[in-house]
Amino acid sequence: MTITEKILAVHSGRKEVSPGELINAKVDLVLANDITAPIAITEFKKIGAKNVFNKDRVALIPDHFAPQKDIKAAEQCKMLRDFSREYSLGLYFEVGRMGIEHALLPEEGLVVPGDLIIGADSHTCTYGALGAFSTGVGSTDVASAMAAGECWFKVPESMKFIYYGKLSKWVGGKDLILHTIGDIGVDGAIYMAMEFEGETIRTLPMHARLTMCNMAIEAGGKNGIIVPDDITERYVKGRAKRGYKFYTSDKDAKYVEVKEYDCSKIPLTVSCPHLPSNIKPAAELFEVAIDQVVIGSCTNGRIEDLREAAEVIKGKKVNPNVRMIVIPATQKIYLQAIKERLVEIFINADAVVSTPTCGPCLGGHMGVLAKGERAIATTNRNFVGRMGHPESEVYLSNPAVAAASAVKGRIAVPEEVI
Amino acid sequence: MILRGKVWKFGDNIDTDAIIPARYLNTSDPRELARHIMEDADKEFPNKVKLGDMIIAGANFGCGSSREHAPIAIKAAGIQAVVAKSFARIFYRNAFNIGLPIFESEDASEKIREGDEIEINADKGIIKNITKKEEYTAKPIPQFMQELISAGGLIEWTKKKLQSLKQPI
Ligand code: SF4
Repeated sequence: MTITEKILAVHSGRKEVSPGELINAKVDLVLANDITAPIAITEFKKIGAKNVFNKDRVALIPDHFAPQKDIKAAEQCKMLRDFSREYSLGLYFEVGRMGIEHALLPEEGLVVPGDLIIGADSHTCTYGALGAFSTGVGSTDVASAMAAGECWFKVPESMKFIYYGKLSKWVGGKDLILHTIGDIGVDGAIYMAMEFEGETIRTLPMHARLTMCNMAIEAGGKNGIIVPDDITERYVKGRAKRGYKFYTSDKDAKYVEVKEYDCSKIPLTVSCPHLPSNIKPAAELFEVAIDQVVIGSCTNGRIEDLREAAEVIKGKKVNPNVRMIVIPATQKIYLQAIKERLVEIFINADAVVSTPTCGPCLGGHMGVLAKGERAIATTNRNFVGRMGHPESEVYLSNPAVAAASAVKGRIAVPEEVI
Repeated sequence: MILRGKVWKFGDNIDTDAIIPARYLNTSDPRELARHIMEDADKEFPNKVKLGDMIIAGANFGCGSSREHAPIAIKAAGIQAVVAKSFARIFYRNAFNIGLPIFESEDASEKIREGDEIEINADKGIIKNITKKEEYTAKPIPQFMQELISAGGLIEWTKKKLQSLKQPI
């Protein structure tokens, strides 16, 4: 069996499961945010359950339109707060303690290897980086799981992605996953488990693994997953709030397809409007002028991402035609960025540094685009209207490319500015 | 269940931001969401669509976010059913969970044109094109999903399940 199949089997009380089977499985953690939880809460009340299945396994995180951007958003966030009080939830994160859900939960050790996690947010697939099965579902699924502690799944087929070879300077997890999505397309892994492995992955740091698994959904994947190893152990040790278990894929596990990538040939990669699969080497896009740069999101808003951007922009200025917005993904990351004086570097470069929020990633607030404006962002989606006006454009890249572009006022690579 | 209506056609990879843009997600009121249905794919769509219409789309319909607001907005706009070549995974489960009938059919997705009138026999999975006098078949709905539908959606199903387990509800 694959690691995905093993985790699903254990959680459904079976010895074995195989692709295509519909199963009911126990969940270790259920999460929702200020957009999806209101519907989940309304539906949960219809079930009439007196309690949630486990007060410490339901996480409600207001991060999308929080800090509350308008009255409607405030009312949605209030629903989370009221519900958390009413049912004495242990994992409610008020503004000031919150961060972007998919950065916050791994950082706090609330999701651990071997877990089965569902979340009413498509990027719940992020936690596969820890060797967990985690997938995005809808609000009604969350409502049902909050009551019963279970969820129905179709066991997915698995696709294997093998990465080998040395990464070029500045090329990282974001480039690998954009390259992969560009190769297989936005429905290339629809309904499937995407298992990432190979020598390059085995030395890839955790933040880059999180970036890769985060974008599995952008290829239609049900989950992204990486077999846990020493890097996982080092990341989890000291932060895990629960016991954890490492699963591996058997030698004879079945994959519907195996893809191999020579990472030494993968360039700094940018995804052009309006699909994540629409990739080009950054070096071929130097004529693309930009109005805004966003560094943040659940994809690339971790401390390592901020360090990378700071390294590029240190001692330089954001181009006068550009606004640059930096959003640390959690309070801890924010504080760390202050301690390491990264915030100072950004502000001296004329960038703004925001409190943690999803913000512009989904065109919510803190940097929404006007008609005709163009941004390069370290986020994960560049659909029509994703960051604002339907006639605005979003290019996706890693933090170093985004920071270099801020300096140049057009898409650029770090070598040009350093 | 027999559904009959006029068709609006869309292409491949219609994402949830096209179905209901994120800028409107500071509410989950179905009527308000319906006012912006498919707005970023076709600005005039909210005004053109009529009660009982259907959507025919290409591959990977509903890709992107997990927002249940997408199928909710479609339903609230009065659209009876969506037929596509394939659906993105989360959209697929959301549609069943909230009771929006959806059908996967490559044939129907390719051959039906905008403005055609179609009739769907949901139990048999047969899609008739009244305008063109053609017939297509949809992929069968798995047993468990049929159970969900006959229970009246996931919430009712869960309610029954908890009752049968005699868990305190
Ligand atoms: S940062 Fe963007 S992609 Fe991530 S959870 Fe927030 S809105 Fe979704």
